[in-house]
Amino acid sequence: MGEEVKLFAVWGSPFSRRVEMALKLKGVEYEYIEVDLQNKSDLLLKYNPVHKKIPVLVHNGKPIAESVVILEYIDETWKGFPLLPKDPYQRAMARFWAKFIEEKCMPALFKCAGTEDREKAVEEACELLKLLENELEDKKFFGGENIGFVDIVADFIGGYWLRDIQEIVGVKILTRENLPKLCEWSDEFVNHVVIKENLPPRDKLIAYFRTRFGPKP
Amino acid sequence: MAKSDVKLIGAWPSPFVLRARIALNVKSVEYEFLQETLGSKSELLLKSNPVHKKIPVLLHHDKPICESLIIVEYIDEVWASGPSILPSDPYERAIARFWASYVDEKWFPAMKSIAVAQDDEARKAAVVQVAEGLALLEEAFQKISKGKSFFGGDHIGYLDIAFGGFLGWLRVTEGTGGIKLLNETKTPGLLKWADDFAAHPAVKDVLPDIGKLAEFSKVIVAKMRAAAAAPAK
Repeated sequence: MGEEVKLFAVWGSPFSRRVEMALKLKGVEYEYIEVDLQNKSDLLLKYNPVHKKIPVLVHNGKPIAESVVILEYIDETWKGFPLLPKDPYQRAMARFWAKFIEEKCMPALFKCAGTEDREKAVEEACELLKLLENELEDKKFFGGENIGFVDIVADFIGGYWLRDIQEIVGVKILTRENLPKLCEWSDEFVNHVVIKENLPPRDKLIAYFRTRFGPKP
Repeated sequence: MAKSDVKLIGAWPSPFVLRARIALNVKSVEYEFLQETLGSKSELLLKSNPVHKKIPVLLHHDKPICESLIIVEYIDEVWASGPSILPSDPYERAIARFWASYVDEKWFPAMKSIAVAQDDEARKAAVVQVAEGLALLEEAFQKISKGKSFFGGDHIGYLDIAFGGFLGWLRVTEGTGGIKLLNETKTPGLLKWADDFAAHPAVKDVLPDIGKLAEFSKVIVAKMRAAAAAPAK
């Protein structure tokens, strides 16, 4: 049957890592293609002419762009290890929180790394993450006993990205004081047997963040 | 299913609310429409959507579902025996979701820019952006519809609903600005699609009256322009 799966990605991107996590959780083999964002290949531009961004999943020659769209595609195509719940209401809730993370949390967190009005940015980010923590309640993962759709979309928060950026920039957002449950969840996340093999190399990430966000000499 | 089992909190001018109404109509679901008044938010809305405090909110057996496209997917999954809204093939579903996301994240913000443009130059630039977006959507329509009337083929589907929700606003923008955003030369497919969509039985009774919407838009645009012109806090 020749199943051909390719992924155009960047080693440090939480967006393309989401797709990798999903593929790995489902045991799907794929060809990884590292993209140079400063020098995008013709192939990438052909597969994602609208946004010219990663990640792009190419399945048997057909491209899909936008990480959350790709996650749903992966879940519908490879049935092992379901990412979304079966129940329509639970699915709607998962999609709601994924959207909340993508459209509200991510931009707010990126603002905290910027230099404008940082105090206000941190306050807003903490408020948003508090809502996420309330949604988590006492569950091990957003997906329940197992990692799911929302956990993967929250990879920036659960993985090392947020922790390392906040340390380098010198802000306190995700702390055990502020967000104890979310911190506990993030520990579960990075220690998950599949996730821990699929996070970017931490020292490389820290070095990158230092260059990008660290204090200038 | 009793009508009171399904309620929709919304308002007639909202393109997002319209999406939910069309989806419910496609499935012939009876529902109670709870209209919000502009300028105030009901207790029920605030309780049902505490995170965003926005419409639409679908209440199904009193359980709230928020975000218009999430509501549309929910409707498709719950009333599975009715006509399908999303395509059945996973790749086609991904394409539909991709373009719906494009409409919400790129195209509609460009549309809003036309309304809040502070001067002629800004307005012209916004119109160019919207037109470029429509060219992309036209190309997508030609590919996806495969010669049929709708993105969904013979029947209206997810992308028809996602994009079609904005049809009223598109027409109002054309009228106010004296511009033909959908036209025979650049967007022949979408031009015809718009008429077919507006005439569809699931759409025609809930699509807002353009005259009424134009009047309403004056109020909304004034608010948007005031907010856009306000000095940064």
